[in-house]
Amino acid sequence: MEITVTINGSDHASDVEPRTLLVDHIRRTVGLTGTHVGCDTTSCGACTVLMDGKPVKACTVLAAQADGAEVTTVEGLKTADGLHPIQSAFTDDHGLQCGFCTPGMMLVGASLISENPDPSEDDVRWAISGNLCRCTGYMNIVKAIQTAAARVAESSNGS
Amino acid sequence: MFPSRFDLVVAQTVGEAVEARADAGEGGRFLAGGQSLIPMMKMRVAFPDTLIDINRIAGLDAIERDNGHLHVGALVRHADVVASGVTFGAIASAAPWVADPLVRNRGTMCGSVAHCDPEGDWNSVLLATGADVVAHGPNGERAIPIADFIDGAFTSTLGEDELVVGLRIPVPSGRSGGAYLKLERKVGDYATVAVAFHLELDDSGAISGAGLALTSVNPINNKVGDAEALLVGQQPSAELFAEAAELAAAAAEPRDDVRGTAAWKRQVVRTYTKRGLAAAAQQAEGS
Repeated sequence: MEITVTINGSDHASDVEPRTLLVDHIRRTVGLTGTHVGCDTTSCGACTVLMDGKPVKACTVLAAQADGAEVTTVEGLKTADGLHPIQSAFTDDHGLQCGFCTPGMMLVGASLISENPDPSEDDVRWAISGNLCRCTGYMNIVKAIQTAAARVAESSNGS
Repeated sequence: MFPSRFDLVVAQTVGEAVEARADAGEGGRFLAGGQSLIPMMKMRVAFPDTLIDINRIAGLDAIERDNGHLHVGALVRHADVVASGVTFGAIASAAPWVADPLVRNRGTMCGSVAHCDPEGDWNSVLLATGADVVAHGPNGERAIPIADFIDGAFTSTLGEDELVVGLRIPVPSGRSGGAYLKLERKVGDYATVAVAFHLELDDSGAISGAGLALTSVNPINNKVGDAEALLVGQQPSAELFAEAAELAAAAAEPRDDVRGTAAWKRQVVRTYTKRGLAAAAQQAEGS
């Protein structure tokens, strides 16, 4: 079936089988491999993307269900000015070890900050509770998301 | 992993969806949030030959109060229930404990109810509060009391050509309180044990209505009628709740598994029942 998905601001029209999963569509048809496949069973969150602004597990959404939707993948986080604040905070705070869960963690973090500009540690841990880090590097992931929130708040206060 | 082949019908209206479902017959399934169905299809536990996607149907995404009821449309996601300001008691208490935040953004309350997973959270909550499942079929709508709707594990009494279009949950007119206590090993896991509570109080402070249901300790969500009957007409007290806790523990039929021993789970039911009824009573007294 014919679908058009807006991924990171660009329209991608394709002919897909109904059973094509959104994550496979993003990785194989569109060629954006920043979205990972981890457990493939709706547990780990490595495949997290933002669909119409909300984080979802792309291994558990049909590509056809994203027809007409706005999808943001980790590749879409960067801005014209460079890295998204969540990306630079993960770099500065060592918010990753192996990096496999990182795209999902950053998208969930970016989504959280957009809704809650000053998240507590509890807020962050609650938000990322659907995403697993097998390196167990949660301390710095939480720290990085809070750093990013503080930087975003600071820059919006300053402007 | 990916599902076996199927035809996808993207319905624009309830009428279209129901017609497509009738055409598809035994091999048809409705798709809403898909957070249970898609994993089952990927594991080839479910292999419908026709999926009818209801996500594009307008008007099914409202959660609102009207005429003494809370109405939850078929496309209301768990996250919408968490965020809603019109929920109450056990419903508000349970919503944040369903699955994980990402699954809650996609999965629907009605979908969970219709799925009838014996370890699902919502059916226990609805058994405690009371609710009707509103089904739309070729002959129009009918309301099915939740206790009649649940037929067994993954089985409801819904007709093959009927779509769950919403839930109708009575909102207590007087003082009321509720809670859902869930023990889980990790976020997103099934409950090891969970208990749903609903209490209503009359003007004298006596319990005028009570609901209590267990998750994950019986073959299906289990409404504990004798505990409910014990509570009604009594003044709330720790002694009364301890007595109800014994009935709830006796009603549980837990099994030894990776989540714990049967004896321990029964003890959790006992402890949770005391705590949950106390919390519900406190909420009702303050309402």
